[in-house]
Amino acid sequence: MPKILLEMKEIVKEFAGGVRALDRVNIQVEEGSIHALVGENGAGKSTLMNVLSGIYPYGSYEGSIAYDGGECRFATIRDSEARGIVIIHQELALIPYLSIMENIFLGNEQAVHGFINWGKCRREAIKLMERVGLNELPDLPVNKLGVGKQQLVEIAKALSKNVKLLILDEPTASLNDDDSQKLLDLICELREKWGMTAIIISHKLNEITQIADRITVLRDGKTIETLEKGKDDFTEDRIIRGMVGRAITDRYPARGECPVGDVVFEVKNWNVESPYIVGKMAVKDVNFYVRRGEVVGIAGLMGAGRTELAMSLFGKAYGRNITGQIFKNGEEIKINSVSDAIRHGIAYVTEDRKGSGLVLIESIRENTTLPTLPRLADRGIINLHREVRVAEKYMDKLHIKAPGIYQKTGNLSGGNQQKVMLARWIYADPDVLILDEPTRGIDVGAKYEIYCIINELAKAGKSVIVISSELPEVLGVSDRIYVMNEGRFVGELSREDASQESVMRCIMQSNTQQSEANGGKKNDE
Amino acid sequence: MMNEKKAADPAATKPPVKDWLNKEFLFTAVHEYAMFIALILIAIFFQWRTDGVLLQPINISKLIMQNSYILILAIGMLPCILTGDIDLSVGSVLAVIGAIAGTLIVNMGMGVGVTTVICLAVGLLIGAWQGFWVAFVRVPSFIVTLGGMLLFRGMTMVILDGNTLSPFPTSYQFVAQRFLSDVPMFAAIPYSTILIGVLVAVFCAYLELRDYQQKIEYNVPAGTRTALIARIAAIAFVSVFSTYWLTQFKGLPIVLILLAFLIAFYSFICRRTVFGRHVYALGGNERATQLSGIKTKWVRFIVFVNMGLMAAVAGLVFSARLNCAAPSAGTGFELDAIAACYIGGASATGGVGTIVGAVVGGLVMGVLNNGMSILGIGIDWQQGIKGLVLLAAVAFDIYNQRNKR
Repeated sequence: MPKILLEMKEIVKEFAGGVRALDRVNIQVEEGSIHALVGENGAGKSTLMNVLSGIYPYGSYEGSIAYDGGECRFATIRDSEARGIVIIHQELALIPYLSIMENIFLGNEQAVHGFINWGKCRREAIKLMERVGLNELPDLPVNKLGVGKQQLVEIAKALSKNVKLLILDEPTASLNDDDSQKLLDLICELREKWGMTAIIISHKLNEITQIADRITVLRDGKTIETLEKGKDDFTEDRIIRGMVGRAITDRYPARGECPVGDVVFEVKNWNVESPYIVGKMAVKDVNFYVRRGEVVGIAGLMGAGRTELAMSLFGKAYGRNITGQIFKNGEEIKINSVSDAIRHGIAYVTEDRKGSGLVLIESIRENTTLPTLPRLADRGIINLHREVRVAEKYMDKLHIKAPGIYQKTGNLSGGNQQKVMLARWIYADPDVLILDEPTRGIDVGAKYEIYCIINELAKAGKSVIVISSELPEVLGVSDRIYVMNEGRFVGELSREDASQESVMRCIMQSNTQQSEANGGKKNDE
Repeated sequence: MMNEKKAADPAATKPPVKDWLNKEFLFTAVHEYAMFIALILIAIFFQWRTDGVLLQPINISKLIMQNSYILILAIGMLPCILTGDIDLSVGSVLAVIGAIAGTLIVNMGMGVGVTTVICLAVGLLIGAWQGFWVAFVRVPSFIVTLGGMLLFRGMTMVILDGNTLSPFPTSYQFVAQRFLSDVPMFAAIPYSTILIGVLVAVFCAYLELRDYQQKIEYNVPAGTRTALIARIAAIAFVSVFSTYWLTQFKGLPIVLILLAFLIAFYSFICRRTVFGRHVYALGGNERATQLSGIKTKWVRFIVFVNMGLMAAVAGLVFSARLNCAAPSAGTGFELDAIAACYIGGASATGGVGTIVGAVVGGLVMGVLNNGMSILGIGIDWQQGIKGLVLLAAVAFDIYNQRNKR
């Protein structure tokens, strides 16, 4: 009988205003196991982990936490770290300009009487880096590393604190498939070699079924069930049923009859130079078109230039020395600013909700109407009541779950934040909608709703461009798919021809062509 | 499956919504009016300690006239702070405007009207100069206005050549030193000050009523009729009583009319106009605002141009009040104006704050100054206490915000 390392019993956590985020949650984690925590956004996963790690101190919640044979009453994160519980958040907490080793020992410096012993620091850092398989110089600043390697630095940092129980919140959300796999392998390896226990929060169910020993499903702040590998049905469909309380038979809703019309939006010979690196082309010679009522997917790996393409089209919001032509309904249009783009009926829903999408300190109402205020105003004076009506209407229409339109968007879950952005741009009533990673980091139920919204938009005669790194998603929602790699369009596939294999083939072929063209020179990151 | 979810929704979420609204409402009410309550408490405290001197009509008139220029600066400063910027140069700009006015009127004998127009234009130009560097060249506002602080102080000294210019003609002093009863037209009307109070009350009642009707028209929760009547009664009482109180001395100071107009106008701009909304959004998330098609550079530029204008207005009022243009005028005023905004609940990172809040913040400092002066507490202690009040107010604000989460 394996030992129970952690047992959280009857945890209840309420926030100001009586919002009950956790409602008598129970979870048991066996020593040396990988325990997955799944649930829709807002189900309470992160709150539970914040309770565990002491971010919400003892006394601010009800219930008990037994860990490693004793009861825990953590007042701060330091207390939980002292017991070997380390949490790695989705947004990495590294200092960009400090070196790998400085980051690893941040807050835990290898010092004697306040003076850092750099020799020891380096030696220990190298040991830890070997354990996580990070093959870099320890004094390289972390901002020179890719996200995947930064994640490894975070794990090394956790190991330096003698971690017994590692909590990973969406560790692979911003990693590509390759890096994700490496990270998952590493977690398994750490468990085998060092007996580390891990709790993983993730929306990527395929990864979870691959590595987890047990899966606890949360829904609306309650524990729904815990599935065990080898004992219970461990398939993705089974987990989804637990998460949403119903079976989702088809993850991509059918669009029904929806005739595709004429070409509405066309881009010719589009070139964009990177604003950061002189001479580097972020987008090279791109040509494409979208028809009325058509959903076009742009597939590609991270860094393929899709966001750069979209933002450069959206009023030159990215890049410099932009050349090329844009046609709308057959006529060439000049777009020099974001407001020009909006005026020509183009909308761009960013991938970066928090950074460049929402004004987090403002409410749903203000965020919904931000680009379209003049429409609600008479000579510059806003009709506040009309604005309220609009915000309420769209909150209802898109099923935004919040106590009201005065709720700050910063307090909403990812899925609802995404819906607020969609509400904003749907109210703007564009002809062409560019959705950049519309379902990144949001749960299955909300994803489904967003696919439904995409379908409705297409039905209403809009032209929708969907950019996504999740291949099944692009395949599931698009009528036609462009494949992008290294700033170029390297393939165009119809719905019938498109499959994960055919898309990957396009990318691989273009890579070989590229490397041949470069005389076999290895492409640097 | 969508239906299933929808059916479950109203039952699951409706009751807590109402609960949440009430609690949240109380929370925001306490948070929003905290400084206002503090102002009243401070006033009561000094009223008690000064044996009733503080709230005497003569002292209130003095308080308003003494603090008017700081409040005008605070009204201009708030939008700067909303966009996440700051303007350190306003004290020097105030001085340079005074110096220009002094030179034109005292030395060159130009008319008061022309001089006023020239001074306001110069204020706009100074604002445009600083706005250009901040908004278009993207030099941090702290640095641009630190430069401006030195530049315009230097300019003042050059213009005045180290001298103090005085006296100004009485017509120039009118705004800052006179009362409504000094205006011939109003002097003839008995109780003209109270009349103004009544007019203001009627106008506010009209606005409240119109808002109430529109809320019903647009089917937005409007609150009860009793609440509406109570609100109107409170407004009427405050405006009529305060004007009545002022008549006990010399009546309504002209500068109070100017202030009231500026407060109302800029509150309206901030709360009700597209431009105001853009200012808040820019301070909340600049990138998101840009990607919503808003020309954030121009928004920021206009905010600074406006700050220049406000500094010019304050410069005219200040030189008129002191009846001289001095090289050292307005030293440290920028910090008072900034402190007023922060005490009034503005966020140092931008996007949060109100005009009324900034004015209340300015009044808190004004009452503290005045009260302590009456009690005979020295300027040295006054400085220290003001510093602690600023710190306490902002700390309280942050504590409040954190609890809200």
